[in-house]
Amino acid sequence: MAEGEEPEKKRRRIEELNENMVVDGGSGDHTDWQGRWDHVKKFLERVGPFTHPDFEPSTESLQFLLDTCKILVIGAGGLGCELLKDLALSGFRHIHVVDMDTIDVSNLNRQFLFRPKDVGRPKAEVAADFVNGRVPGCNVVPHFKKIQDLDETFYRQFHIVVCGLDSVVARRWMNGMLLSLLIYEDGVLDLSSIIPLIDGGTEGFKGNARVILPGMTACIDCTLELYPPQINFPMCTIASMPRLPEHCVEYVRMLLWPKEKPFGDGVGLDGDDPTHIQWVYQKSLERAAEFSITGVTYRLTQGVVKRIIPAVASTNAVIAAACATEVFKIATSAYVPLNNYLVFNDVDGLYTYTFEAERKENCSACSQVPQDLQFPPSAKLQEILDYLTENASLQMKSPAITTTLDGKNKTLYLQTVASIEERTRPNLNKTLKELGLVDGQELAVADVTTPQTVLFKLNFIS
Amino acid sequence: MTDNKTSKEQKYDRQLRLWGDHGQEALENAHVCLINATATGTEILKNLVLPGIGVFTLVDGHKVSGEDVGNNCVSITIFSKPKVTYMLNDVVLILQNRAQAATELLQELNSDVSGNFVEESPDKLLDNSPEFFHRFSLVIGVQLPESTYLRLGSVLWEAGVPFLICRTYGLIGYMRLIVKEHTVVESHPDNALEDLRLDQPFTELKHHVESYDLDNMEKKDHSHTPWIIVVAKYLEKWYSEHNSQLPKNYKEKEAFRQLIREGNVIHHIPRILTNENGTPEDEENFEEAIKNVNTALNPTKVPSATEDIFNAEQCENITSQSPSFWVIAHGVRDFVRNEGNGKLPVRGTIPDMIADSDKFIKLQNVYRDKAMKDAAVVSKHVEALLQSVGKPPESTSEQEIKLFCKNAAFLRVVRCRSLAEEYSVDTFNKDEITSCMDSTDSEMVLYLMLRSVDRFYQQHSRYPGVYNYQVEEDINKLKLCVNSLLQEYSLNVNVKDDYIHEFCRYGAAEPHTVAAFLGGSAAQEAIKIITHQFVPFNNTFLYNAMSQTSATFQL
Repeated sequence: MAEGEEPEKKRRRIEELNENMVVDGGSGDHTDWQGRWDHVKKFLERVGPFTHPDFEPSTESLQFLLDTCKILVIGAGGLGCELLKDLALSGFRHIHVVDMDTIDVSNLNRQFLFRPKDVGRPKAEVAADFVNGRVPGCNVVPHFKKIQDLDETFYRQFHIVVCGLDSVVARRWMNGMLLSLLIYEDGVLDLSSIIPLIDGGTEGFKGNARVILPGMTACIDCTLELYPPQINFPMCTIASMPRLPEHCVEYVRMLLWPKEKPFGDGVGLDGDDPTHIQWVYQKSLERAAEFSITGVTYRLTQGVVKRIIPAVASTNAVIAAACATEVFKIATSAYVPLNNYLVFNDVDGLYTYTFEAERKENCSACSQVPQDLQFPPSAKLQEILDYLTENASLQMKSPAITTTLDGKNKTLYLQTVASIEERTRPNLNKTLKELGLVDGQELAVADVTTPQTVLFKLNFIS
Repeated sequence: MTDNKTSKEQKYDRQLRLWGDHGQEALENAHVCLINATATGTEILKNLVLPGIGVFTLVDGHKVSGEDVGNNCVSITIFSKPKVTYMLNDVVLILQNRAQAATELLQELNSDVSGNFVEESPDKLLDNSPEFFHRFSLVIGVQLPESTYLRLGSVLWEAGVPFLICRTYGLIGYMRLIVKEHTVVESHPDNALEDLRLDQPFTELKHHVESYDLDNMEKKDHSHTPWIIVVAKYLEKWYSEHNSQLPKNYKEKEAFRQLIREGNVIHHIPRILTNENGTPEDEENFEEAIKNVNTALNPTKVPSATEDIFNAEQCENITSQSPSFWVIAHGVRDFVRNEGNGKLPVRGTIPDMIADSDKFIKLQNVYRDKAMKDAAVVSKHVEALLQSVGKPPESTSEQEIKLFCKNAAFLRVVRCRSLAEEYSVDTFNKDEITSCMDSTDSEMVLYLMLRSVDRFYQQHSRYPGVYNYQVEEDINKLKLCVNSLLQEYSLNVNVKDDYIHEFCRYGAAEPHTVAAFLGGSAAQEAIKIITHQFVPFNNTFLYNAMSQTSATFQL
């Protein structure tokens, strides 16, 4: 359209365009302009040789996406922002997003739904506002909450859940929640109770995307060994034998801060407070000087204190896109979904590897098989606690152990409530026999890594 | 000024930890040209604007279409004028030029970035002023017809400007990188072997090892001796009994490990370290020594990639025009052939290990000091070299030389062939294409299909299957294109009908999630080219969103 066009022609042209802006199958009060969903429709309304065996071309699939399909996005950070955009531009209109964080300036290099003026505001709310304000028809509902603050009724309403989390604990909890929604009738899984979980993760230039069909394919806990436990420096190194600049920072964080309480009694180290970091940095320099260690910088200090993982926009864009593609495939049956794990690394060229992660027969989360605990009756309760936290397949954080004794529910040990911890602490030093436990005893273990208790069966060995 | 710096440091913190301040500086000094603000184009640019590219110029002669507004990440920021009504906004934008609309909206993402737009098709620019493209650090061409990217490719090849071609075609992503010669000092390899020189310890290391008397140490010192010292000591013993030959195979390495196990006895101090069954346990540092035998005893040699760099013509013939990469490489080569005795300058880093602070720091300093000494010698060679071609010694900085020496074992040079070579019947990579197509579902078939749809476009001035009524008849037309392509290149391969059908089905669609995948991938490759850190792909990348697989071919 030429810039110098006559006003009359222009007005008529605008009218024409207006008329053409009728949705292909209207949805409520939102009109879709011509061509808006063309790129999506080609995959929903045409036959093809590689489509899912269940796929049937129709105009209804698009309507399902636009009107009915409900997607839950967990996390509104690096992956979350990308996911919201990808889903909104692919036709999904009913999206909820959960994130407990507020926006930090260091998010702005990749979390593009946020602007400098948004720093301090809840991520979920700003992200939702942004998308809703700019993608007509899209309705993103934010939840400024922890995932643990929402219950079964909430999660049950979604067709698909897609995660962009930065913690293994949270992933496992989400995994456990969707597993808890499964319905079994006479031992047979009711397929309609399955809510697919698409999980993405990134770290620097590496990332992965996986498709989990709870109850059917490998779950997060089936492949827990893929997330090796975080290695912490040994205490003796930190306390008396530092060699690296990181050791010096950990010394200040773990030993010096609690001793000197530089900002007052009971004031914990806040990694987001620059004055706190500055103090740690100075003290770390002093510590390093004592041992002739070089390399302590402000950036290194902050990285150690906050356990910072480097991040860029590009990796998040790639992994979120792969996840969103899978959401689309599953929601529309347009193609066979990823089966079931994609690994990505673009340090040297671009490398992807796709494989099928296998279910673990005795997975503590999804196998429904009571977990075996083999200990002699002379073993102390502490040993069971250590096993629960250290075993690579369990990796519990602060398990609470309860059991039934003399027909009554008894808490053997619980860490997360101070008064109960104090009361039950002596049990750790008692033997299983002393605690009155018998061979075949069922122990119920609760932990932050799962919304449901995990049942263990005690087998006495000699 | 300081405020701006700190706020930029805060904003870019997470990425500075990957490419450092000098990488960020390179990014901020770059000027990228992106052609076509489609979904793919704006995704790529978004991922360059967010990390702080200095300047971008968007070249696009198209008007915004209804499809763009539905698909373009730019649409995310479109309705930024709340006062104007919703409907009117759509119309106004649809009348707007795509380049301008996209530029305004992308700039919103990062106020540090400058954006320009040129409302002109690349073909027009090539007709009237091809030098327009000479100013850029990198040109990225998105969704271009074949004739355009071939023309552009030729201009940029002559001008020495790197060219990245990207296309999203249905569920397929494609990238082609064209750059004559791209040097990388900091490749940041994922799994790098340490440079410990245990097989042939340099003098200072030998002396340092000699200062330890393992047999007459206090228990506390013994168990906090760095494993490097332990291995060095036992290697001396081994050498004396094995004619100075390294343990080579599994058997010999196991024997060496056993030597260490048996030797972990302190003669005059009773063993205190025993486990619950009362049997003696190895001290942790000795355990570390045993564990590291496998890798610590590899012979020190120049890696083949570095050797190739030394033997390259650009390294041999240094002129006043030579980039500093080759000048320093020549200097390192001189070092290797003289003072280095066939070995690279010592890297100077050691891994963390169980040891008391004092022993560790002293050992670390032995390596650090040697690295500095070696780098100084390399500097002398470089200085002499610069002098011989009439350049001042300040042409390369100390820092540059030190960085080069530290990364001497990880240097990479990437050379991506020109499009002319890829397309010519005489020089195209027949072997690669034929061998990949032994498996008919190899990603190579996607490449052949893209070449075929380009052929279709050439003949019919449109892509196949864009409108529903075209799909059926275009399948046969596309098949003719496939056959003519295979015939022209005498390719005796089987392209399954399914792929021909699928590519008609795509109707040249640009689905957002595929565009976004490519957007992230391409942006990172662009950042690699600009920062000269990490290694770019060479030279053709294909992504299949149906199977979530990808492949890289050198065509």
